Amino acid sequence: MSYSNKVIDHYNNPRNVGSFQKSEENVGTGLVGAPECGDVMKLQVRVNPETEVIEDAKFKTFGCGSAIASSSLATEWLKGRTLDQALEIKNSDIVAELSLPPVKIHCSVLAEDAIKAAISDYKKRKNGNGEAPADPSGVAK
Amino acid sequence: MLTLPIYMDHHSTTPVDPRVLEAMLPYFNVKFGNAASRNHSFGWQAEEAVELGRKQVAELIGASPKEIVFTSGATESDNLALKGVARMYRTKGDHIVTVATEHKAVLDTGKRLEKDGMRVTYLGVGRDGLLDPDDLRRALTDKTILVSVMAANNEIGVLQPLTELGRIAHERGVLFHTDAVQAAGKIPFDVDQVQADLVSLSAHKMYGPKGVGALYVRRRNARVLVAPEIDGGGHERGMRSGTLNVPGIVGFGRAAEICRLDMESESARLRALRDRLLAGLRRELDEMEVNGSLEHRLPNNLNVSFAYVEGESLLMGVNDVAVSTGSACTSASLEPSYVLKAIGTSDQLAHSSIRFGLGRWNTEEEVDYVVGKLASVVRRLRDLSPLYEMAKDGVDLKKVAWKK
Repeated sequence: MSYSNKVIDHYNNPRNVGSFQKSEENVGTGLVGAPECGDVMKLQVRVNPETEVIEDAKFKTFGCGSAIASSSLATEWLKGRTLDQALEIKNSDIVAELSLPPVKIHCSVLAEDAIKAAISDYKKRKNGNGEAPADPSGVAK
Repeated sequence: MLTLPIYMDHHSTTPVDPRVLEAMLPYFNVKFGNAASRNHSFGWQAEEAVELGRKQVAELIGASPKEIVFTSGATESDNLALKGVARMYRTKGDHIVTVATEHKAVLDTGKRLEKDGMRVTYLGVGRDGLLDPDDLRRALTDKTILVSVMAANNEIGVLQPLTELGRIAHERGVLFHTDAVQAAGKIPFDVDQVQADLVSLSAHKMYGPKGVGALYVRRRNARVLVAPEIDGGGHERGMRSGTLNVPGIVGFGRAAEICRLDMESESARLRALRDRLLAGLRRELDEMEVNGSLEHRLPNNLNVSFAYVEGESLLMGVNDVAVSTGSACTSASLEPSYVLKAIGTSDQLAHSSIRFGLGRWNTEEEVDYVVGKLASVVRRLRDLSPLYEMAKDGVDLKKVAWKK
C-alpha cells in the first residue's frame, strides 16, 4: 500500500491529538468503529454554546495510517465551523483531500460518522440535564 | 555499518544467495540447452545440470533423486499433490483431511476439489497452533485418501507433529502430504522419518530463485502416483510436462545444498537473533503477546501482537524495516489473518500482529535497531490510541457497545 504525501504527513504529525476532560462542559464525544474491525476513532468537539461554533477539536484513533489521517484532518476542518457547517463535511471531501484509494474509503466514512456522533452527543448533553455520560470512559454511546 | 532498509520478512521470500546466482548464470546464455534435447551436447549439458539439482534437492529431504518432480513453485506443487491424488485415487475414496491454518495454496485447492465433489475436512488447531493427533485420528474414514498438514506455518512458524501425523495416516492406509516450504532447509526434515508420501518445496524460500519448486513423490515402500495437471511432452515421469527451468533448477539445487551444509550453524545463529529480538521487545514494551507456540517453532520466526496498536499503522512507522502484519488493512479483504483467528487470537490482537522472519544476512545490530524503532513507534501509536487510553482508565473493552 502506498500512501499519499498528505496521509504520510498527518500520520507523522497528527493534528489535535488528545482528549478533553470528561467533566468539561460544552464537549461532545463521538466514538465509532470497533477494535475487531481494526478501526476505532474517538473524536471530540468543544463548542461555544452562544455561537454554536466549534472552538476546539481533539481525536485519538486506533487504525491504519489512512484512518489516523482521516480523523486528524477532520479535527482541522472542524475548528471554527458552526455545528451546521460541520455536518456538511462529507466523507468524499476527505477522500479527495487525502487521495485515499478505494480500499481505504471506509476510513473516511468512519471519520464522517465520528463527526456526526460527536455533534449529536454535544446536542444530547446540552438538551438534556447536562449530566456527564454514564460510561466510565466518558464516551457517549 | 547499518544499511537501511532492513529486510526481516524471510517467510515471504529470500534474496538469492550470491553462490546460487553464480551457479545459475551460465545456464541462461552459455549452457542454455533444453534438458530434453537428447541429440547434442547442449541438451546433455542441461540434463546433467538438472540431474545434479535434482540430487541436491533430494538430499536435503532424505529422498532419492527420482522422487523429485520439478514445478513452477510450491503453489503448483500443492495443487498437483491434492488434485493429482484426488484424481488418481478417486475410486478408492473421496475424502481429504487438512488443517485450517494451511497455506491458501492448500485451502483454496481443497475448496476447488469440494466443488468437484470431493469432501474435505479442515481440522482446527489449539491455542499453540498445533494439530492434536487425536483430532486427525478421529477425522479419518474409510473414504479418506489423503492427509495434508504443513510442516511449519508461514505466519506463526509453528511446527506440526509430523512424525506422529504421518504414522497415523499410514496406519489407516492414507497418503500423507506435507507443505514443507517454510521448514525445508531451515530445520532437519526427512521424508522417511515423517513418512511423507508427497512434499511441497519452494526454491525462493531457501535463498534460491523464484519460479521453481518441487513435489516429492514417493517411489519406495508403496509407490505413489499423481495424475498430472499439465499435459504435453511427458516430462518429469509424466507428472509435470513442460520444458524444465534449467537455471532455476540449478539454483534450487545449489540453494538446497548450502542450506543442508550450513543448517546446524545457521539455525543456531537465527535462533539466537530471534531470542534477542523477543527479549528486546519484552524489555521495551508491555502488553505484547507471542502468537503460537514458542517451543515448537522455526528458529527464525517471531509473531507478536502489540495490544492497542493497529498493524498497518505500525508498519507505516517502521518503513525502513520490512516485516508483515496479520492486520486486514494490508489486504483487500479487510479480514484479519485466518491463521491467528484459528489459534483463538481475538480480531483486535490479530489486527495488532507483526510477523518477523529472520534470515541469512540479518545481524545483531539490525535486530537492536528494529527493537528500538518498533518500541518507539508502538509507544507513539499507543499515545494516539483511544483503546489504550480506555484500558488505562480501567474500561473493559470487551464490554463496550461498539458502533460497527
